[in-house]
Amino acid sequence: MKVGVVTFPGANGDYDSYAAIKYVMHGDVEFLWHKSADLDGSDLIILPGGFAYGDYLRAGAIARFSPIMDSVIRFAKSGGLVIGFCNGFQILTECGLLPGALVRNAGLRFRGEFIHIKVENTDTPFTNAYSTNEVLNVPIAHGEGNYYNFNGDVKKLEEDRLVVFRYCDSRGKVTKESNPNGSVNNIAGIINREGNVLGMMPHPERAVEKILGSDDGLKVFQSVKAALSMKMPRATAGKI
Amino acid sequence: MSQSKQKAIVYVRLKEGVLDPQGLTIQKALSQMGYKEFIGVRTGRFFELEISANGTNIDDRINEVCSKLLANPVIESYKVEKLK
Repeated sequence: MKVGVVTFPGANGDYDSYAAIKYVMHGDVEFLWHKSADLDGSDLIILPGGFAYGDYLRAGAIARFSPIMDSVIRFAKSGGLVIGFCNGFQILTECGLLPGALVRNAGLRFRGEFIHIKVENTDTPFTNAYSTNEVLNVPIAHGEGNYYNFNGDVKKLEEDRLVVFRYCDSRGKVTKESNPNGSVNNIAGIINREGNVLGMMPHPERAVEKILGSDDGLKVFQSVKAALSMKMPRATAGKI
Repeated sequence: MSQSKQKAIVYVRLKEGVLDPQGLTIQKALSQMGYKEFIGVRTGRFFELEISANGTNIDDRINEVCSKLLANPVIESYKVEKLK
């Protein structure tokens, strides 16, 4: 697998993604500067965590107009695999590749800690190595991770199995207490209808080795590797 | 000589029904300070745009930048006020 990690000014998670692919997955990975329009033949694009453009205006709002984003949008629309972690998720909603928006955490506080999420849909190129309802211990680090969408749209997301990850307690129970940011229905990560674009606030790329506190995030990358090598049909989400 | 430049003020706010945790926190603070009659606070922001005198289709152009960048139409609404 050939992975391109986009570096925006203010990104701070680009090296985490890079290291996860290069040193843990032993994959081919490159940084892609945001001003370039060239995706360099990548078969997975990662929009990393951080504070692109200082989160000025709204998180992701300026980054979304970086020159590279036109190429990323074209790549996604032609079926290419794209993941946005944290700030990357915010960029994906701002540019319309994923529905909804991420607003200020309900408690107004920046939350940086390990939390639990569960995998609700394993029929995706990003989660096929997990088992359904598997509980992951992964970190979050955000002040604006409160997923918002209108009631009808949330219902549709859920019916179409586009909610991939949900905040839960250590036993996998989805509770109000286990929701770190007020996200509607504890939504932590979603995919698009075509199933090739994933956005999530937690950081699986920071949980890829036991020494980091958890390696529960590693299977995200193993899933992508498997999907790419099997040329798994990408549109596996939703009712087809 | 050159005409004087125009200005527009753009007000952006969260749509009704979208949770505004900052507004809630400010309202709570007001209430604790004894200003109990202020039972709701919604926050927003404004932008002052300076527009060059030779710009054309200004109204359309303002709406364009509002919906593309200044506001996120999923969660926010905006209002434009043009100044002489």
